[in-house]
Amino acid sequence: MIENIRFQESFNYAYIDEFTKKEIRRKTLKAVCIPGYQVPYSSPEMPISRGWGTGGLHLTLSLVGPEDVVKVIDQGSDASVNACNLRLFIKEMANCNVTFNTAAATVIQTRHRIPEEILTEKQILILQVPQPEPLRGVERHEAKTRTMHAEGDYAKLWVTLYEAYVRTGALRSGAGHPILVNGRYVATPSPIPSWDVPNLSMARCLYLFGAGREKRIHCIPPFTRVEPLEFEDIRFKVEEFVDVHCSVSGKNKAFMDEVYADDFSRSWVINDSNFLDKVRQGPRPPQRLFTNPE
Amino acid sequence: MGYVAVKGGQDAIENANKLVDYFRWRGKTTPIELDQARTQMRLAVDRAMGEGSLYAPAHAALALLQVEGDSFEAAFHLRAYRATLERRYFAEVLNTREMFVHRRISSTFREIPGGQILGPTRDFSFRLLKPTLLNATLGSIEKFIANLRDEVDPSKLHAITTYKKVIDIFLQEGWMSKQTGFDEDRRVFDVTREAIKFPVPRSGTLQMLARAETGALMCMAYSTMRGFGDSHATVGELRVGDVPVRIVDKRGRRRYAGRIKVTEAEMVGSDDRGPKSAAPKLSIGYGLCFGQNETKAICMGVVESALREPNPDNPANNQEFVLYHTEVIEAYGFTNHLKLPHYVTFQADLEGFRRVARIAEEKERDEVAAIAGAEDNDD
Repeated sequence: MIENIRFQESFNYAYIDEFTKKEIRRKTLKAVCIPGYQVPYSSPEMPISRGWGTGGLHLTLSLVGPEDVVKVIDQGSDASVNACNLRLFIKEMANCNVTFNTAAATVIQTRHRIPEEILTEKQILILQVPQPEPLRGVERHEAKTRTMHAEGDYAKLWVTLYEAYVRTGALRSGAGHPILVNGRYVATPSPIPSWDVPNLSMARCLYLFGAGREKRIHCIPPFTRVEPLEFEDIRFKVEEFVDVHCSVSGKNKAFMDEVYADDFSRSWVINDSNFLDKVRQGPRPPQRLFTNPE
Repeated sequence: MGYVAVKGGQDAIENANKLVDYFRWRGKTTPIELDQARTQMRLAVDRAMGEGSLYAPAHAALALLQVEGDSFEAAFHLRAYRATLERRYFAEVLNTREMFVHRRISSTFREIPGGQILGPTRDFSFRLLKPTLLNATLGSIEKFIANLRDEVDPSKLHAITTYKKVIDIFLQEGWMSKQTGFDEDRRVFDVTREAIKFPVPRSGTLQMLARAETGALMCMAYSTMRGFGDSHATVGELRVGDVPVRIVDKRGRRRYAGRIKVTEAEMVGSDDRGPKSAAPKLSIGYGLCFGQNETKAICMGVVESALREPNPDNPANNQEFVLYHTEVIEAYGFTNHLKLPHYVTFQADLEGFRRVARIAEEKERDEVAAIAGAEDNDD
């Protein structure tokens, strides 16, 4: 038996082979056409780990060209280790430009944040999604959740929200509040803080959601109505940073990180690292999407 | 500013890579050659090929060397490499009746047509550490091979042959029918080309189990044997050996592409899916994987059998539970993603937690005040 031991050293443009790219693009188009609907796709293995952004990477690499400028965000930061890793991989494989500057990017891949700065019709925001199924918490079987979506049967989710309110006095707490997209499909915004959820509605940019491990793509097209699930008398609320100011910029109109020094003293800092840089530098701060409550 | 990501991520990654290399080389031992790993770590190579879903022994050996022997990482490297390869041809269905058998056993009968062939197995060896292995040299290995050759009497060797299957007995006796008579989805489904949707056709289930993580499959199969299921599977036949792979080229000609080593397990169970009035039948749970990995093939057969009788009470009888959670690359990746920073997500949770805590505290205060007020009124 003759062994082939010529190891592959060169890769196709943007790493993914053309057949798979074509398939991902077709599924993405379908997702654009049916806002909020989860489209199953092949999701081939990537050289990075499952659960570390493979779905986002599939979308980015299926879209990116040599003229693109790519930005990668991880929990608000361009400089955290995983963001560096993904950005380098995309740059090497697609031979494109990369940036930290939100306004300069044509494609932004993000983990769990929407930039504070307003995005335009020239930009695509690709969100990494750990669990694309908003009903998974109330129904563990995929076959059943697909049926529930088909029938628009979200009763179990409403009951869960109601129970959370009755038990705790708050509608729901934490990241990834479920959303109703275009009045039809309930979807997950991925685990973004509630702070970012209002930015999904009637935006000028295209939002794509890639769940690699779970093999699903969903989408919120530009100028699409997105409503967080809430009751008429009990409203959805964003995080409140009461009496909190960024220790670096003195500002408070952004999602904040709570940081602790070695002596356990607490301070706050604006989470979106590029936004913070611009706030510090410029007399004219970047245009924001919405203003958090004073 | 301890854990806030600063612009040093790139340097940190580079240094981490250097440290990995340092920890590999700091013992200053002779690097293991690819061929040494490929031949002397045969079972690790086989396992990596199976879970990596790519039959390429040299690539698997390279992967194992690269990752210091971590079976998850080795499978992961092969899968990622495999995903870059173009599909040019479809292989014809493997015919394991054509197998050049290295080993073949059955537990259902003492004697089987063609005979039991023990072949290379550690099943009956004492698990005692053998320091004498360390004395092996190329010379002593040559000698061992030569002695083995001398022991073999060529006149007593059988001609190269193929073997009929134990299930032929069942088919002949009418205990088993090829027409299972139940409504089986017989579409050929490729899980690497489209995402699974439930219920998954049997072809998709088999493909996923053949790629599943050995330990995870064992956990599932074992659970059906010791109380969380209804398995009384018996090894009808287990065979290990080489089977020819043929492809049909663009002009429609059948071409021999080479041989691959596989392990095949046919687990006999009872088929309870027919109508109650019908005569009972035997069923087969089918296991097949690359290389010699008997634990995996047997467990795959047991689990495959369990999956054809859905039962929400048992994990192993639940298609979604088994297929999603034995998938090695997804489970491994997601488990380890917990090491990524989660401070935004956690901040959002924390804020919600505080809000709820505040509401609870206020409610408590109000209740205390109400009780106090009531007591005042009593006075």
